[in-house]
Amino acid sequence: MTPRIRRLGLPLLTASVLALATACGGGGGGNTATEASAKPGEKIKLTVGLFGDFGFKPLYEEYKKTHPNIEIVENVTQFNDHHSNLVKRLATNAGAGDIEAVEVGYISTFTAQPGRFVDLKHYGLDKRQADYLDWKWQQGLSKDGAQVLGLGTDVGGLAMCYRKDLFKKAGLPEERDKVAALWPTWEEYIATGKKFAGANVAGAKFVDSPGEIFRAMVNQAPVGLYDAQDNIIVESNPDVKKAWDLSNQLTQEGLTAKLAAFSPPWNTGFAKGSFATIICPAWMTGFIQEQAKDASGKWDIATVPGGSGNSGGSHLMVPKQSKHPKEAAELIDFLTSKDNQAKVFKEEGTFPSIPALYDDPSIQNFTKPFFGDAPIGKIYSEAAKALKPQHLGPKEADVRVAIGNGLGRVEQGKQTPDEAWAQVLEDVKKIK
Amino acid sequence: MSTLPLAVTRRRRRSVRHTLDVRVSPYAYVAPFFLLFCAFGLFPLVYTAWVSLHEWTLLSETQEFVGAANYSTLLADDYFWNATFNTLSIGVLSTVPQLALAIWLAHLLNRRLRFQTLFRVALLLPNVTSVVAVVVIFSQLFGRDFGMINWILSWFGAGTIDWAAGTASSHIALSVMIMWRWTGYNALIFLAAMQAVPRELYEAATLDGAGNFTQLRKITMPMIRPTIIFVVIVSTIGAMQIIAEPMLFGQSSGGGGGIATGGPDRQFQTLALFVYEQGFANSTFDFGYASAASWLMFVAVVVVAGINFLITRKVKGGLV
Repeated sequence: MTPRIRRLGLPLLTASVLALATACGGGGGGNTATEASAKPGEKIKLTVGLFGDFGFKPLYEEYKKTHPNIEIVENVTQFNDHHSNLVKRLATNAGAGDIEAVEVGYISTFTAQPGRFVDLKHYGLDKRQADYLDWKWQQGLSKDGAQVLGLGTDVGGLAMCYRKDLFKKAGLPEERDKVAALWPTWEEYIATGKKFAGANVAGAKFVDSPGEIFRAMVNQAPVGLYDAQDNIIVESNPDVKKAWDLSNQLTQEGLTAKLAAFSPPWNTGFAKGSFATIICPAWMTGFIQEQAKDASGKWDIATVPGGSGNSGGSHLMVPKQSKHPKEAAELIDFLTSKDNQAKVFKEEGTFPSIPALYDDPSIQNFTKPFFGDAPIGKIYSEAAKALKPQHLGPKEADVRVAIGNGLGRVEQGKQTPDEAWAQVLEDVKKIK
Repeated sequence: MSTLPLAVTRRRRRSVRHTLDVRVSPYAYVAPFFLLFCAFGLFPLVYTAWVSLHEWTLLSETQEFVGAANYSTLLADDYFWNATFNTLSIGVLSTVPQLALAIWLAHLLNRRLRFQTLFRVALLLPNVTSVVAVVVIFSQLFGRDFGMINWILSWFGAGTIDWAAGTASSHIALSVMIMWRWTGYNALIFLAAMQAVPRELYEAATLDGAGNFTQLRKITMPMIRPTIIFVVIVSTIGAMQIIAEPMLFGQSSGGGGGIATGGPDRQFQTLALFVYEQGFANSTFDFGYASAASWLMFVAVVVVAGINFLITRKVKGGLV
């Protein structure tokens, strides 16, 4: 080896050993190698993994103006794929984005693994606690409450969307206060449905499918599918059984269009007006607007039967494998800021998780022409203020699939509600 | 005199090289395949067997050895047997008509035709279409409320069929999608084999007064028997591994159910989809259980392919 080669060789060797060490360090949760942050002025690419349109795109542009060295790439995948891919990418310690959105049904699955996410406290985001709805803040913490793993984007306060034109055809009131007065309880909602069915409106059923209604009813109860100790209590919780019975009553009275939520025929159903009501967490309004483009002014929003509850909503988290945790945390701080949550609400309909906004006149007076100028700011503010938080368990999503399958079997006429319930309980027991 | 030993060594060296070349290099030539096969075929097979003997989930840090526990749970799991039944049912419904149709199509094309190449290319088109596109479009055709097939059936007074809801109807819908993709491909393989059958046999048969169908049955089929055996085995293996069609059908048919349950009643969940559900769709990510299911599926594929081999071999070969 000549001196020259040696001179070159040593740094090369060191570099490759370091690279190897970094690569191997991955298995153990790899937290040392990723700490290094970028130097000022260096171009940084941040990837943001989402499961739908969060309405962030205009915000990225705004952010780039003040942070010219940041490039933001958004990866959008389908809801289920997004979450199961995230689990795989965390487990294999490769491929996750710098920021990942996690829906509330999955949040406990991920906060149960604090070692795989960046504690946002390191980057000063614990200062945001005062901004948030307390329960929304708590959902983003690690189990012991010591680490801040996710910051909330939106909450899904409940309302009921309905088609005014179809209600008119069925001889039901159209005005939103009168519609709300039809159904203070779910039993009365079903009774209204029977009236609607009695009027035989061609091509339209009262509701899309019982699945999301079931979810809403369970979310309205003080305790849902899990107790505070993370035990599944589907069998022993009377509120779950009651929600099950009411959902099946919708099916048995022939009130559902049998269109599973988020499937292509369900989308077609929006366009064709196949159902007159749909459970409407705030984020659903954006969805309806997108799917039922021709139905502007036909939809309206009334209060939900059975009191307030939360359905859906998300958090943003930074996986530990991110190479730029500091910049990612800063971007999260920006995307979830008070002003930006208000902006996103006005565009996309996803409702802020920051209570200071609820009495803000710009939110209170916000209306949407698509929904017949319904005061959606006021409706969802009221819904969000009245929310009672519910504890969600780590396998929330699997339990919901098991119950959803049961509702589906009744809907497809394969089983009686009792047979389906027995099978649901069997399935739930198998969830490890 | 000193050159002689040198020349001898050189010659000996050359002959050693020559033997090495003759003996070893063939192995070197085939090595890439076997190395790749070991990395992507054999190793996963063995490793899956190893994983299947453990309580092994993607997220847990430790893996406990549990012996055959996964297998015994699996054999008592109704959903596993349901998936096995669905796989066999969809397999038979798709493979049998598909192969009959493929032979018939090949027979039609095995003559002088105008635009021969055009027809042959057309046969292969469905096969090069993305499976996602095929399933999404067929799911619309088989739609309950606004599907074209129900619309056509309504001309004949048939009621609305909820294709995805029923066990038999969903199996038929899936079989149609599979047949759409693979019939033309198999027809081309049959056609290639048919072109190797000597023309004189047909001429002689025509002189003897044998009709078109008799010629197909008595000449073509026996002559292309090895190809038939090959196609039957390959189609069987393919049919046992169906996953994309039922998974996408479940998501795009509007019948509900989890992403990998194949309908709320698991009415069209196949074995491969069951494996995917256990290993990747559940938030448990139960690799141990999914691996055990994969191994039983592997055994099932070998058994069914073996049975089909024996049956097709029994079909009379040669000319009688």
